[in-house]
Amino acid sequence: MNQILANSLALATPEIVLVIGASIVLIVDVFLNDAQRGISYLLALATLVVTAVFVAALPEGRNVGFTGMFVVDGIARFLKLVACGSVAAVFLYSRDYLRVRGLFRGEYFVLALFATLGIFVIVSAGSLLSMYMGIEVLALSQYALVAFDRDSSVAAESAMKYFVLGAIASGLLLYGISIVYGVTGTFDLASLAVHTQLGAGTNVGVLFGLAFIVAGIAFKFGAVPFHMWVPDVYHGAPTSVTMFVAAAPKLAYFALALRVLAEGLAGAVGAWQQMLIVLAVLSIGVGNIVAVAQTNLKRMLAYSTISNVGFILLGILAGTPAGYRGALFYTVAYVLMSLGSFAMILLLSRKGFEADRIEDFRGLAQHRPWFAWMMLFLMASTAGVPPFVGFFSKLYVIQAVLDVGLTWLAIVAVLFSVVGAFYYLRVIKAMFFEAPAGESVDESSVSFKFLLSLNALSVLALGLCSSLLSDTIAKAFH
Amino acid sequence: MITLPHFLVLAGILFSIAVAGIFLNRKNVIVLLMCIELMLLAVNFNFVAFSRWWGDVAGQAFVFFILTVAAAESAIGLAILVVLFRERKSINVENLDTMRG
Repeated sequence: MNQILANSLALATPEIVLVIGASIVLIVDVFLNDAQRGISYLLALATLVVTAVFVAALPEGRNVGFTGMFVVDGIARFLKLVACGSVAAVFLYSRDYLRVRGLFRGEYFVLALFATLGIFVIVSAGSLLSMYMGIEVLALSQYALVAFDRDSSVAAESAMKYFVLGAIASGLLLYGISIVYGVTGTFDLASLAVHTQLGAGTNVGVLFGLAFIVAGIAFKFGAVPFHMWVPDVYHGAPTSVTMFVAAAPKLAYFALALRVLAEGLAGAVGAWQQMLIVLAVLSIGVGNIVAVAQTNLKRMLAYSTISNVGFILLGILAGTPAGYRGALFYTVAYVLMSLGSFAMILLLSRKGFEADRIEDFRGLAQHRPWFAWMMLFLMASTAGVPPFVGFFSKLYVIQAVLDVGLTWLAIVAVLFSVVGAFYYLRVIKAMFFEAPAGESVDESSVSFKFLLSLNALSVLALGLCSSLLSDTIAKAFH
Repeated sequence: MITLPHFLVLAGILFSIAVAGIFLNRKNVIVLLMCIELMLLAVNFNFVAFSRWWGDVAGQAFVFFILTVAAAESAIGLAILVVLFRERKSINVENLDTMRG
């Protein structure tokens, strides 16, 4: 008995380290004055590094702990490492932004670390119960993060919207889980898979529950028609929080869809494929068309996220290993590109100036050509232009959709990508072909610029040798 | 005799009232929080009924987790509400529309 518990705890060491680290930051921060706040920041970064080391030290292969509640497999290890990296990047990017606005407080790091814990739990969930707990840890930390700037009226409003809609999503998901439990009598995803393969997959009760679960997942992902919160949260939250909300949680929601739909409810693939097709087409369509009308860059990126979520769903709905691999490739590429895009907004912003309108980027090529080119890389990649990584991510999911015979879906996706290219090009046009709106002030630190350049260049590098990322992902799925 | 379908219908009605309340309510944010709470409690009804029907305690254990999360959720919701009220001097749902696009 004790041996079993010890084995389970050994699998959960990264989570345990993360909780301890977050708690240390929470306590240490109480004893610091504002001038010493950098210590919390360094402790938070150190926590992520140590956690990543423990993730890397996890045993190979598929291991199950806590009587099936906790799964550590290749996908879990890979997603946890990417999550650690992207949260660390968010911390590095947001330091100057937070400091200038008087928001450089320990709560930001503590909440972000607990949100990371939620991501870890979702990614490793082996049962609907552990999955639900992970979702809530992540969601509750995010609500608080969005409302973190207490003097901002729009931030409070967007946090309220996020909270109410997020709570509805949890309610729908739970209702679906309760129905599926009623029909199958289990929360365990592995036994659920057995039940649905043996015929429960076409049971009316399971399909009824499945509809609620898919709606809940779509809400969390921000897929149309459950996308109402995305633009407001992206727009209203402080940019460093928007960056956090945009990047790492998408990894967790990918894992949520993969574990619940592709693993647990694999026997009902015909049913959820139909639902995801509707969600994906609407997301890609509405996301790309509405983004064209935006003048606020953060709102534009929000609609861009919605269309990207549609592409991730395309990969998942194919229901094949190649589709799941494509969706994971897309998710990782998306995280990289959204980190870079929001970092560009942070780069141009200064005290009293958010740089979140497209016109704020006018004439960037004249006074800061290097970063105009970096933004060009990021925008071209998000639009899906070869040879950037965004092109290959779109290629893989569309290939997967073609392989299962959904040719019309692939055509729709490509057509809307062309519409999407328009608004990314508008940013590029503003940077290269329009006169500067005002003088630009360079206040960013060298480390920030280095990280941003690295981020933007990696979009190109991963595109040029895309097999690097796709091989890693194939190994994670093996 | 009260059987499983009775519980499920009751839970379904409570859940529908909660969802309708969230979308119809145009006045007060506190009512939204009450609806969210009702939604989670309706789900709990389902879990307990199914748990009894299967003779499996896992469903009842799940209820305890939901209750705990619901408490944390209310705490966060009310905290955000306090921030909102300090900024706006109002908790009217109709005033939550400053962002457009």
